[in-house]
Amino acid sequence: MLRFIGIRILQAIPVLLAVVTVTFFLIRSAPGGPFDDEKAVIPEVKAALEAQYNLDQPLFQQYLSYMGDLLQGDLGPSFKYPGRTVNELIGAGFPVTAELGLYALLVALVIGVSAGVVASLRPNTPQDYIPMSGAMIGICMPSLLLGPVLVLVFGIWLEWLPVSGWGDGPGDKILPAITLGSTYAAYIARLTRGGMLEVLSQDYIRTARAKGLPERVVVLKHALRGGIIPVVAYLGPAFAGLLSGSFVVETIFQIPGLGRFFVQSAFNRDYTMILGSTCFLAGLIVLFNLLSDVLAAWLNPRLRSELSGS
Amino acid sequence: MILFGCSGGEPRVESGNRDGILHFGNGTEPQTLDPHVSTGKPEDYIQQALFEGLVSLNPYTLEVEPEMAERWEVSDDGRTYKFYIRDSAKWSNGDALTAEDFRWSWWRAMQPELANVYVYMLYAVKNAEAYATGQIDDFQQVGVKVLEENILEVTLAEPTPYFLQLLNHHATYPVHRKTLESYGSPTSRFSPWDRPGRMVTNGAFVLDEWILNRRLSVVKSETYWDKGNIELNGIVFYPIENYSTEERMYRSDQLHRIGELPLDKVPSYRDANDPSLQMERYLGSYFYRFNTTKAPFDDPRVRKAMAMTVDRDSLINNLLHGVNEPAYAITPPGTLGYFPPKVFGFDPMKARELLAEAGYPEGEGFPVIELLFNTSESHRKIAVAIQQMWKEHLNIDVSLVNQEWKVYLDTVNEKNYDMARAGWIGDYVDPNTFLDMWVTDGGNNRTGWSNPEYDRIVLRDAPKIFNQEERYRSFYQAETLLMEDMPIIPIYTYYTKRLIKPNVKGMPANILDIYNYKYVSLEK
Repeated sequence: MLRFIGIRILQAIPVLLAVVTVTFFLIRSAPGGPFDDEKAVIPEVKAALEAQYNLDQPLFQQYLSYMGDLLQGDLGPSFKYPGRTVNELIGAGFPVTAELGLYALLVALVIGVSAGVVASLRPNTPQDYIPMSGAMIGICMPSLLLGPVLVLVFGIWLEWLPVSGWGDGPGDKILPAITLGSTYAAYIARLTRGGMLEVLSQDYIRTARAKGLPERVVVLKHALRGGIIPVVAYLGPAFAGLLSGSFVVETIFQIPGLGRFFVQSAFNRDYTMILGSTCFLAGLIVLFNLLSDVLAAWLNPRLRSELSGS
Repeated sequence: MILFGCSGGEPRVESGNRDGILHFGNGTEPQTLDPHVSTGKPEDYIQQALFEGLVSLNPYTLEVEPEMAERWEVSDDGRTYKFYIRDSAKWSNGDALTAEDFRWSWWRAMQPELANVYVYMLYAVKNAEAYATGQIDDFQQVGVKVLEENILEVTLAEPTPYFLQLLNHHATYPVHRKTLESYGSPTSRFSPWDRPGRMVTNGAFVLDEWILNRRLSVVKSETYWDKGNIELNGIVFYPIENYSTEERMYRSDQLHRIGELPLDKVPSYRDANDPSLQMERYLGSYFYRFNTTKAPFDDPRVRKAMAMTVDRDSLINNLLHGVNEPAYAITPPGTLGYFPPKVFGFDPMKARELLAEAGYPEGEGFPVIELLFNTSESHRKIAVAIQQMWKEHLNIDVSLVNQEWKVYLDTVNEKNYDMARAGWIGDYVDPNTFLDMWVTDGGNNRTGWSNPEYDRIVLRDAPKIFNQEERYRSFYQAETLLMEDMPIIPIYTYYTKRLIKPNVKGMPANILDIYNYKYVSLEK
């Protein structure tokens, strides 16, 4: 098992290196720079700005010095927020985004797994069609629409929940978590249904039923453990997606997360912020893929014995 | 229901009214609070609370009022100002604020290392430009001197009638030397001195809390010289980028004021005669640039024909819900008493004649040209409408091209365009801020247009005139030249469209879009 993890970590190094390098040169080749604006910056000031950010050096030189700083964990000063370092901005935004992502994932799992299990028990009956149509709607409904609709109903009409904010009062985390989680809930429902259907037709389930175990135990104890493996494999990418894709929800609900910095930095040509947040998210994605692989391997007895044997 | 019943809590507006706290929707997260580094409006709204310049502006009349300087004397030639700093002027840590603080702060604002984008706000001062651009090294030669502890003498390069106005701009605010020196190099733009607990300022409020992307609060300063006249106990600024979110927060009483009401929501507020709605002419122009270096727009007749066939009234009434005001020149009307010339109007007949004279009768043989705008639904709507007007009146085809903001800026800068949308917001209330951009090869010209007569008036004649009426006459003359040559098509003058709770007093809309929080109070 340790060797399996070790190999995966080694594999991650060239991936991350490639991400940084490609991002660095790609963003530099985009037209327009961080100091371009409707009001032209006077030439002397522009030259001074470029000198402050080492933009006056040859591009490859800049790349080398960036990599040097990166290895020491220094992501440099932000172009857009001169008094702040990229480390500081990520440090402030990430915990919020992670918290939001975690709640959204919980929402997605609770709704998704229960809907999937319910649907798989009576395939091709209304008990299947209704939750699965719900899932289809959830996949198709963009959070750009769902968020404002939820706010309108629960925030403005019913006045049950705050229309925006984060950590200012109880309840302001509910609507964002539901909005962000719903798309993933829908995917998880479909994955669970598929996984469950496959497992429920297996011999060991028939054996369990033949032993006279109650249906509840058969489904929850025996079938779910196997049926949920596709969901577990999906968790890593899903959580990474939640972290990097929370921009829309963060904007709608006025949440001080990383997503807004991440997206805005590209529009602002905030070179260090784009690079810093891309590296950071790439690292997280690699990490979560690794974790979900390990978890899936641990849940699957055949794979588990293979790994510990080797 | 019971569970969530209290979750909204007391609306912020209600508690704010009770406690004297103004909740202010402020657009984007402030880049920095350093007044010599920042460039944006949201930063400016905060700095207006934290800092004071030598003078401040009356929010109703935009007239200059004494602030850190309790009075001043101007020499007869209009080139020398003597400012008397008031004895009660203090920093928020209790230190006395003296003339030397201004001298040092202006020295700092001009350091090349700081790369102050707005350094040109100080260029009216003698030798400031030469010093800031490295042509001279000796700051002694710059026209700012401390005569006595409380007397600051400023010598100008030319009599600049709007000079006092500039002293309310953040680039001229004083900063606290000892604080800056405690957090690294005082001339570094990266210095993190602008944080709660560190920042020492001289305004009516001090920084209390700054949570990234969430809120920034300021509280009343105990050391401010005029604190008896400050009614607010504090202001909380919220960085809200999404206009619809901001409007929802306003409706649920989370904010006293929002900066930008989405255009499609204007009719519902206006039709209901909602007293919250504040719409006022603004010091900004929306226009299209021509690339005058390329055919067919190297011919002024073609440019004029196109300008004359934009039906601005119809555009504003039918597409923009009656918001904004038709423009026929670049300077917004009423810029401190200046009204621009109107040398043309909507005139399709005349336009067709001009186009025929230029060799394109009924649009025949006119090349397909591109109209470039930065990606945005509202710019597209306007471009589509104008495209149809040109087709209808001139029978010419214009194709629409949109580009992401920074790409668009790059394309326009490199003059790789035929026509391009643009906007311009004035830096101060004077026609100069709209007219000096069109001089030959000016950094913001970007049209390739050049007229020696125009350059002479704007660069050499007007700056020397001290008499305001005479100055305006020469600006009027220059702007007439500009509009007769038409390197740009003025389309409309911007209007602010914002919501502000009717119980907030002393925050009128004004053309410069500034607040003076000394005037603000919350009625209960």
